[in-house]
Amino acid sequence: MVTVTGTPSLDAARQLLAELPPAPAVWCSGLGKRYRRRTVVTGVSFTVDRGEVVGLLGPNGAGKTTVIKMLLGLVRPDAGEVLLLGRPAQDHHSRARVGYLPELFRYQPWLTAAEVLDLHVRLAGEKVPASERRACLAMVGLADRADDRVGGFSKGMQQRLGLAVALVARPELIVLDEPTSALDPVGRADVRDLLLALRTRGVAVLLNSHLIGEVERVCDRVVILDKGQVAAAGTLAELLGQRELRLRLTEVGPQAQARLAAAGRLTRSGDEFTVTLPATPAEVDDGTVPDLVAGLVGLGVRVHAVEQTRISLEERLLAILRTESGEKDQH
Amino acid sequence: MTLRTVFVVAALTLREAARRRVLRSLAVLTAVLLGLSAWGFTRIDATFGGLTSGESRLAAAMVLNLVMFGLSLIAALGTAFLAGPTLAGETESGMALAVLARPVRRSAVLVGKWLGLVAFGSGFVAAAGSAQLFIVWVTVGYWPPRPLAGLALLAAQAIVLLTLGLLLSTAVSPMASGIVAVGLFGAGWVAGVIGGVGEAFGNDGVARVGAVSQMLLPTDGLWRGAMNAFQDSTLLTQFGPAFEGHPFLSAAAPTTTYLVWVGLWIALVLGLAVVVFQRRDQ
Repeated sequence: MVTVTGTPSLDAARQLLAELPPAPAVWCSGLGKRYRRRTVVTGVSFTVDRGEVVGLLGPNGAGKTTVIKMLLGLVRPDAGEVLLLGRPAQDHHSRARVGYLPELFRYQPWLTAAEVLDLHVRLAGEKVPASERRACLAMVGLADRADDRVGGFSKGMQQRLGLAVALVARPELIVLDEPTSALDPVGRADVRDLLLALRTRGVAVLLNSHLIGEVERVCDRVVILDKGQVAAAGTLAELLGQRELRLRLTEVGPQAQARLAAAGRLTRSGDEFTVTLPATPAEVDDGTVPDLVAGLVGLGVRVHAVEQTRISLEERLLAILRTESGEKDQH
Repeated sequence: MTLRTVFVVAALTLREAARRRVLRSLAVLTAVLLGLSAWGFTRIDATFGGLTSGESRLAAAMVLNLVMFGLSLIAALGTAFLAGPTLAGETESGMALAVLARPVRRSAVLVGKWLGLVAFGSGFVAAAGSAQLFIVWVTVGYWPPRPLAGLALLAAQAIVLLTLGLLLSTAVSPMASGIVAVGLFGAGWVAGVIGGVGEAFGNDGVARVGAVSQMLLPTDGLWRGAMNAFQDSTLLTQFGPAFEGHPFLSAAAPTTTYLVWVGLWIALVLGLAVVVFQRRDQ
């Protein structure tokens, strides 16, 4: 087949390229940063796929903001590589379709809200009609404050403006660093809705937040950082698949205890036994619990109460961080 | 794309200068200085009615230079205290984060800021300086021989200082950068006066203090060139050695070599500021 536009081999190559999946929104590998002698980030690698919402979690000082700043070229990494939307982060064009709300958000106090958006549209090199810019302000609840100077805005309003700035230049990736730190509960709910809307539009989001409940509700995947390293990463199902079985038992003999320990990690406090069962998808009931209870009864154990719970992200996060620090203390 | 960033940031810097309190303070200071000088010049004529034409020209030129020094001080203070906060302050407050995360080169942002400040400083010198020359012309009938060259040199002086302020603000806090820039400006002026005294007394060692300081920080050299453009060229030959080394009269216009050096100095300091700003973590 010969076309007018090019040779068959060129066309084939074009088609091959077009059929390739788009490069991930964020790809970073082996990121490292030291400030003088203190290592802040070391060996951090993760990806954010197109249209995916990824939560970055971790305690204070875990290096989350430093990682975000390295992704955006605000901090120079000492090691590692970053690709944003398929382009190396050293190339400033890689940020053309990236929106960012910094943790430390402040906008030119001498400009009006509408002028701040105009500025960012111009810096991004996009052509966004005025009506779309207004709609962006309306989306964050600032429609009636468009012509007011930012200097007179409250913290919460400045953070809302920051969200509008991140959204205004038609981004394909949005990086939000603590986007609800200054917002009231209504504002937080608004941000949650906004994130879900972005996901349906296929915009990738990297979300750093202390509010675990927020992350749990909106994120597809979570990367947990601790002491500058990735402590755990995975989908919520992978991280939260574990179930916990709480039992109140009496007359537990050594055999019964062994039966309990065989089911999963066992902890005991008096008559209260807790068994952490292996991960399974949330909707699957593999019959482990009734089998265990029947087995225990068969061994002469009196079963007073059985309660099965799923582990919350908060519990899981704390468990991961405690195990990490426990392991480090032992070394 | 880079050029667009330069102009967007330059326009933003001009808008900042126009909307912040610094412009109002500058306007008030300038108005006070111009008002006082207008009153002073009318008094020269009234009090010393019996002066010869040469004497009154000398008095007018000297007082004009004195007032212009005040203006140049206002321009220096104004631009240095604008240059400091515009970089260091924005980094400190986090205002720079959202801007630098856009698809922009940091060098373009810095050059844009510099260009905005240059436009502001030059605009101020042109407006306030012309007003002052007009006041002198109306009150005592004195018109300097090379007003445009004088104003251009004054503007260049402001540009030198704001470039230095910009470099300092890439490294130290906003207030410190303004204070250091103005302090160096003052020190340069004092060194220039000392050098002038050295020349008057034929002491090469002391004269060299002025020459070296005018190379290291060209504000004083440019200021002396501006004074020379504002004063009547016959004055020094007429009144001779009595006024050698005078802080408000200048013996010679700046040489072309010196002006080239000033251009090079500005380029070097701006280049250094770009390098420091590019390497800096936000």
